[in-house]
Amino acid sequence: MKRAFPILAVLTALFLAYALYEALIVAPTDALQGDVYRIIYYHVPSAWTAFLLFFINFIASVQYLADAKPSTQRAAKWIVIAIGIVGAVAPFIPQVRQQLPAGLYPSSVATTVLAIPVFYLLIGKFFPGQNLDVLAVTTAEVGVVFCTIVLVTGPIWARPVWGIWWAPGDIRLTSTLVLWLIYVSYLVLRRFSDSAQTQKLAAVLAVFGALDVPLVYFSIWFFRTQHPQPVIGGGGSMDPRMLHVLLISWLAFLCFAFLVCWSRFRLEKLRREVEEAYALESLAGAEDGARQAGATSLPLNRSPR
Amino acid sequence: MKSFWSITLATLTKDIRLEWRSKDALNAMLFFSLLVVVIFVFSFDPLAEESRHIVGGLVWVAFLFAAVVALNQTWARELRNQVLDAYRVSPASANALFLAKVLGNFIFVSLLEALMTPLFIIFYNLRALGPAWQLIPIGLLGTWALVVNGTFFAAMSLRTRSRELMLPLLLFPVSIPAVLGMVAGTTSILTGENPAHFWIVLLLTYDVVFTTACLGLFETVLQAE
Repeated sequence: MKRAFPILAVLTALFLAYALYEALIVAPTDALQGDVYRIIYYHVPSAWTAFLLFFINFIASVQYLADAKPSTQRAAKWIVIAIGIVGAVAPFIPQVRQQLPAGLYPSSVATTVLAIPVFYLLIGKFFPGQNLDVLAVTTAEVGVVFCTIVLVTGPIWARPVWGIWWAPGDIRLTSTLVLWLIYVSYLVLRRFSDSAQTQKLAAVLAVFGALDVPLVYFSIWFFRTQHPQPVIGGGGSMDPRMLHVLLISWLAFLCFAFLVCWSRFRLEKLRREVEEAYALESLAGAEDGARQAGATSLPLNRSPR
Repeated sequence: MKSFWSITLATLTKDIRLEWRSKDALNAMLFFSLLVVVIFVFSFDPLAEESRHIVGGLVWVAFLFAAVVALNQTWARELRNQVLDAYRVSPASANALFLAKVLGNFIFVSLLEALMTPLFIIFYNLRALGPAWQLIPIGLLGTWALVVNGTFFAAMSLRTRSRELMLPLLLFPVSIPAVLGMVAGTTSILTGENPAHFWIVLLLTYDVVFTTACLGLFETVLQAE
């Protein structure tokens, strides 16, 4: 595993360079926006990566909370499987199909919903116990970095194209900003909380954040329909060559995110191991000290100074 | 073992009695929001027409800040003499305690709003152009939204360093849709340009979703030590 890391790092660097070459040289220039549009090859892949990481964080947090008791663990598993089945079937029912917004295919909705049980079961299999929490920290931190890239590159593009840095009423901008704020507060909580139950509190906050995002989305959706804003049209089609470059770019970003997550995951595991070793050592020291002093037999007593 | 509601009622009356005797939280909140109002009056000197568009935001920002003052005290009070630890080991339901705290805060913050709203009306020369009675559901649902999450996050921030600083950092990001609902709903009633129904439904949804989530997860947070 350790030997694979440098190899993967070199491959990712090459892949990112290739994606940059494709984005700057190979991809055709946009007819309306000119070369400014090329920033989407960094903007959009970062956004997708950030959302994926936040999604993994949410799943890991839910599973961490559910795993506290065997009964909730089993219940959560069945609920998730039920969500997957209902979500895979429901979009194809004609009545539900009519409710879907234009341009959204039932198959794409079904695949998205199916991702929930698939991720839930896979993450539960590969990250048992405390690893779930380590995964949650890792994905939240890396996700915030990618989300920051999105929020910085967005206005850089918007200024020449829309004429404004920021469209306050826009649905995607505001939802992303709120998501970023929630995850920053998640990291702040982790930083400021030093009790042994930080993991649990952080997982609870992640669940609250995930409940919040759809509400933000709907409120802004209504807000915008009342007050039209200069925003990019939703239904525009993309040149297949551009889409090709975009997907290559996304793959390169995913490799990069995976690499960063991997090293952060290992770092966090090591940090916890060190912490545990220190705790054990001080515990053993206290025991010895207590025995020497002939004091109480309580193992947690402080060693005499 | 006492029933759920009798525990809630007992805790609630205890909190109200404590507050009645000390008036710590209420006085602090009132004076704080009075200061906010005065500062807003100095900063903006709008015409009656303009003020209709901005006052929704000002009112709710003042209430939000004032509510944080009260929410910070909710659990800190229970830490003295290890009341919270006693509660933790007792067989009483955690949600009974939570509900009592939420109801207590709801009463305090509603009282504050009832006292401060006339001041806003006087300072900004307000008269609603839309159906003014709809401000009541928006006020009640909005206050509940702030208080239910605020009480929950205040319990969460008990375990952190610099507790009082932590609460707004946790509460504000999650409250954004609720604040948007309150502000936009109030503005649309004051200006009478749009119906406020959507915002009332949004606040109701927010309240239902987060009250359920809080009740489902509060025990985890209370036992976390």
